[in-house]
Amino acid sequence: MKKNIHSMNNPIRSLWNNKTRRTTFSTYAVVIVAFVIMQLLDSAGMLSYAMRGQLIPICVYIVLAISLNLVVGISGELSLGHAGFMGVGAFVGAVTSTALQGLIPDATLRLVFSMVLGGIFAAIMGLIIGIPVLRLRGDYLAIVTLAFGEIIRNIANNLYVGMDEKGLHFAFLSEEGLHMSDAGKLVMAGPRGTVNITPIATFLTGFILILITLFIVLNLVNSKEGRAIKAIRDNRIAAESVGINVMSFKLKAFVISAILAGMAGALYGLSMSNVTSVKFSFTTSIDILVFVVLGGMGNILGSVIAATILTLLPELMRPLADYRMIMYAIVLIVVMLFTWSPKLKGAIEVVTGNLKEWLGKLTNKKEVGTNG
Amino acid sequence: MAVLQYLINGLSIGSIYAIIALGYTMVYGIAKMLNFAHGDVIMVGAYISYCVMIYLKMPPVVAILAAIVVCTVLGVLIEALAYRPLRGTSSLAVLITAIGVSYFLQNAAQLIWGVAQKTYSSVVTMESVHLFDGKILITGEVIVTIITSAVVMVCLTLFTSKTRTGKAMRAVSEDRDAAQLMGINVNRTIAVTFAIGSALAAIAGVLLCSASPALKPTTGSMPGIRAFTAAVFGGIGSVPGAMLGGILLGVIEELCKGLISTQFSDAIVFGVLIIVLLVKPTGLLGKQIQEKV
Repeated sequence: MKKNIHSMNNPIRSLWNNKTRRTTFSTYAVVIVAFVIMQLLDSAGMLSYAMRGQLIPICVYIVLAISLNLVVGISGELSLGHAGFMGVGAFVGAVTSTALQGLIPDATLRLVFSMVLGGIFAAIMGLIIGIPVLRLRGDYLAIVTLAFGEIIRNIANNLYVGMDEKGLHFAFLSEEGLHMSDAGKLVMAGPRGTVNITPIATFLTGFILILITLFIVLNLVNSKEGRAIKAIRDNRIAAESVGINVMSFKLKAFVISAILAGMAGALYGLSMSNVTSVKFSFTTSIDILVFVVLGGMGNILGSVIAATILTLLPELMRPLADYRMIMYAIVLIVVMLFTWSPKLKGAIEVVTGNLKEWLGKLTNKKEVGTNG
Repeated sequence: MAVLQYLINGLSIGSIYAIIALGYTMVYGIAKMLNFAHGDVIMVGAYISYCVMIYLKMPPVVAILAAIVVCTVLGVLIEALAYRPLRGTSSLAVLITAIGVSYFLQNAAQLIWGVAQKTYSSVVTMESVHLFDGKILITGEVIVTIITSAVVMVCLTLFTSKTRTGKAMRAVSEDRDAAQLMGINVNRTIAVTFAIGSALAAIAGVLLCSASPALKPTTGSMPGIRAFTAAVFGGIGSVPGAMLGGILLGVIEELCKGLISTQFSDAIVFGVLIIVLLVKPTGLLGKQIQEKV
């Protein structure tokens, strides 16, 4: 009772005593502090060229991991086609940016516009895919989302887009099908991916996109709708029987996730001069899923940290040369075994328990020592 | 005539998918996990047989046997080290571990055999057969593939329905706890399932690389995904379903390539899969599980 009155009087303490607010606050804090540190390091010239090249991809993967966590962790649907939405965003973003080059000379404004359009197209794809697919369950849902991702990749792999003074031209399978004038230039060249792209993405926009993503997802999760979505995950039938519209909530989570993935994809597509559709195959979807599972299902801060570390890990392990990818695989397996296996978990608890006891004894002795 | 040619080619590639899909479906049925590393076991099998033939200059039969032995041991090892400790936990955790194993196998293969593509020499020495004045060409590989997979399917069906171990496997996939109470050694049964699945993967690897001779560390991943699709298509967990799904998928793929478009064959195959699953959400021969409240 006394504690309660105390917490009401002190706003900071009341913020800290509410678990939801505490997680939300620490999530934002970690992201902002990390951004400031990276900016400082960068301006001091302490980042290697390779590290600087990883800054935007890290932002992209963080957004992808958070948005996939919304589907897999919060909504409880295993999706293996997340990279498909990223691909839609990347290609739509690249085409938009090129098409608007004359109209909007300001790079930042053009980038924002391209990202929004990438998000809208990904949302449309999310709706088209979500309405039929979310009726399926479990592993069947996983395989159908994987199939959709592969279809998107396959179509993008054969799509040619060109731009001349008359506007955009689209064709499948060959460049000749575009019928462009001589002044025209290619934007997408089938298997060669995007071409002639001016990279306009910046670390700052990536950071802002993360903040927007956090704002949307955290608010959704902590709202009434978020609780409905979690209720569906935990027991679909019970949720349905208390009047929750299962399809509409699942679809909402799925489409929001697609929008965020599309925006991240647009940022990714505009961060380098060439992106091919191979990037958006199921391997990338699986990589994002690894971030989500390792970070903790439904744990947003976990996704942020896992995406950052796992994106940097191959870079940090560069001294291992040829062995780095195999080390990555081993680290992944070992971490999964130690975090999930009941036996190993028990063993770790015994070890840490002993360690704590031992440390406790040690500090006790010290105290005794100083007293004496 | 052309359609008949596509059908024969489709039957051949479909039989390979079916053999791989059997591995997926058996493991799924019994251990309730998606073994994403299965495709990479195929690749290992192909590399082992390649090495035995090229470096040790052994006849193809020895190479195939060596591949089967190595893959069987590998499959059992993977199960014991990576999957068994996670049994009974979240299926997603096992899925991610399987992905880790898949990365591990691909990168180990890259370290051992290099990134460069190797040209696999076919294990089949049979002459091609020409029918209808050469309008239809049936290569030796196609004949051997179809015969081998027919034999494999018959053996596997007999094994699961007649032998004690086979019956134990079906019992475990039906209800693991009840099977254990009846005195079935669940761990051993699951290990046997992995052994059989991996042996089949070795055979599939040899057949696959005999038909299309490009061998590299990622050789197994695309056929693996296709076969996984085939297993789901037929109804995952069902042995006849995997056979039917594999063959249908192969035939559809070849018909698409021949009659519609080579470039869009992926999109069409996956599109067909989606339509089938939307109409019949548990696959062609999958069991409909009633939900009890």
